[in-house]
Amino acid sequence: MRSTISRRHFLKSSFFAAGTAIAGTGAADAAAGMSDANNEPLVTLIDISRCIGCEECVYACKDANAHKFADPRKPFPRMYPDRVPVEDWSDKRDVTDRLTPYNWLYIQYATAVKDGQELTLTIPRRCMHCQNPPCVKLCPWGAAKQETNGLSRIDSQICLGGSKCKKVCPWDIPQRQTGVGLYLDILPSFAGNGVMYKCDRCYQKLEKGEQPACIEACPEQVQTIGRRSDMIKKAHELAKEMDGHIYGLDENGGTNTIYVSPVPFDQLVYDTGKGKPHLKEVKDTMADGSNLALAMVIAPVAGAAAAVGKFYKYMKEEA
Amino acid sequence: MFYHFKSRRTAYGLILFFIALSGFAQMPIFKRYYIADIPGLGWLAQFYVTHVIHYGMAALLLGLGMYVAVDYFLAHRSSSSKSGTINRASRLTLSAQVKIISLAGLILTGCFMVIKNLSEVYYPHGVIIGLDLLHLLFGMVLLGATAYTWIRRRTWIR
Ligand code: HEM
Ligand code: SF4
Ligand code: SF4
Ligand code: SF4
Repeated sequence: MRSTISRRHFLKSSFFAAGTAIAGTGAADAAAGMSDANNEPLVTLIDISRCIGCEECVYACKDANAHKFADPRKPFPRMYPDRVPVEDWSDKRDVTDRLTPYNWLYIQYATAVKDGQELTLTIPRRCMHCQNPPCVKLCPWGAAKQETNGLSRIDSQICLGGSKCKKVCPWDIPQRQTGVGLYLDILPSFAGNGVMYKCDRCYQKLEKGEQPACIEACPEQVQTIGRRSDMIKKAHELAKEMDGHIYGLDENGGTNTIYVSPVPFDQLVYDTGKGKPHLKEVKDTMADGSNLALAMVIAPVAGAAAAVGKFYKYMKEEA
Repeated sequence: MFYHFKSRRTAYGLILFFIALSGFAQMPIFKRYYIADIPGLGWLAQFYVTHVIHYGMAALLLGLGMYVAVDYFLAHRSSSSKSGTINRASRLTLSAQVKIISLAGLILTGCFMVIKNLSEVYYPHGVIIGLDLLHLLFGMVLLGATAYTWIRRRTWIR
């Protein structure tokens, strides 16, 4: 763990110093309001033991974000080849038992046994807002962005709906709606397939200093939002209190969503599948790239050394 | 001094082939157009696999590029004091200049994207989009120039 941090700092501070000069200006448009002065990311802490599964948060999310939802043009342009799937949720906007382009948060039911007693838990599920989000970093068009307050979001004006973000997301979070977005103006039959939607952590509300809709609406104060270090501290306290377990500290290299459960996460029995994310351990998907970045610093040094070596050998032979 | 040129050309050819293939595989196109269905090519649709290949090839390209550049520089310096042969032989053709400029552009934009992909690095949205588009554009120019030199049998140096 420590070695990856020092490597990251090495990379950032030495060879590629110029790159971070650009990155630095990103701090300038850091969301005001909720984000704090030294730009520590915000984390939502979710105390699963408090949730009663009332779905107030689900409907609050739908209301607060209704203006962002897709209004697809029909009929959809024919897409080639025929295997390209049409994904249309526009007639099923009311679905709340899974993630859809019109439902960015859903309540997952889980059962478990604690102290010999069967227990039913309800878990609010949505985008985890990874600390190094592959959905953002690997989008080939740059349609997604991560803000310095730790949230990630997909720009529906730019997204072409290729669904790469969903494939690289360890939880398959982003959901596609066909028939909307930029691809319609380019080559709708041959490239793109709509727009990907997911929780954007109510970024406009955060900018105004308000709380995300789902947090505000919850009658049980299941979620708390705050600075990462504070929330981690709180998560540990909470876990100690209820003899509980934490999810999100290391998953995919760490996420800005932290769950605390009274039961170990690998003992929960829950429904997963399309639009229903799992709660399994997740390795850091971006780690290989970060390690290879170091190889990119070393390789040119090795190349130069080889050329110099060859030159000296040649000079010796000439002499 | 020239006997290495054949092996460095082969190395460059292989790197270019795989870096371009894995680069285009960053876009979700190989699955849609059945290319990843060809037996043995399924990995082209696995984004983390092509991501690692693209990075690995980039490291090799940087190594090779630095080797060739330093080698050229040293040969140039030693030759200017002796005969002018290497000097004259080393003049770049127009197509080679186009290729080198697009390679430099790819490396520059590529390295910025590698930094972007590290944890806790936040680029402004416009910069991300610009880097992506420039990288793609330089890639197209490089492949176009490479195809031209291949078909017309143009060399790097006159
Ligand atoms: C040192 C050289 C290079 C580096 C460091 C580099 C790095 C990258 C990175 C970081 C990405 C974004 C996707 C991802 O993170 O996985 C990318 C995408 C891509 N690369 Fe490269 N690359 C290099 C050279 C090349 C070359 C020579 C080509 C040849 C045509 C190429 C073609 C592409 C294409 C087509 C994409 C996807 C479209 C885009 O994002 O613009 N790259 N590259
Ligand atoms: S959970 Fe998935 S969609 Fe959310 S930030 Fe992480 S990779 Fe992106
Ligand atoms: S943060 Fe906002 S967008 Fe995300 S689930 Fe909550 S209400 Fe929905
Ligand atoms: S509003 Fe609160 S208690 Fe109700 S389902 Fe959502 S998180 Fe659970």
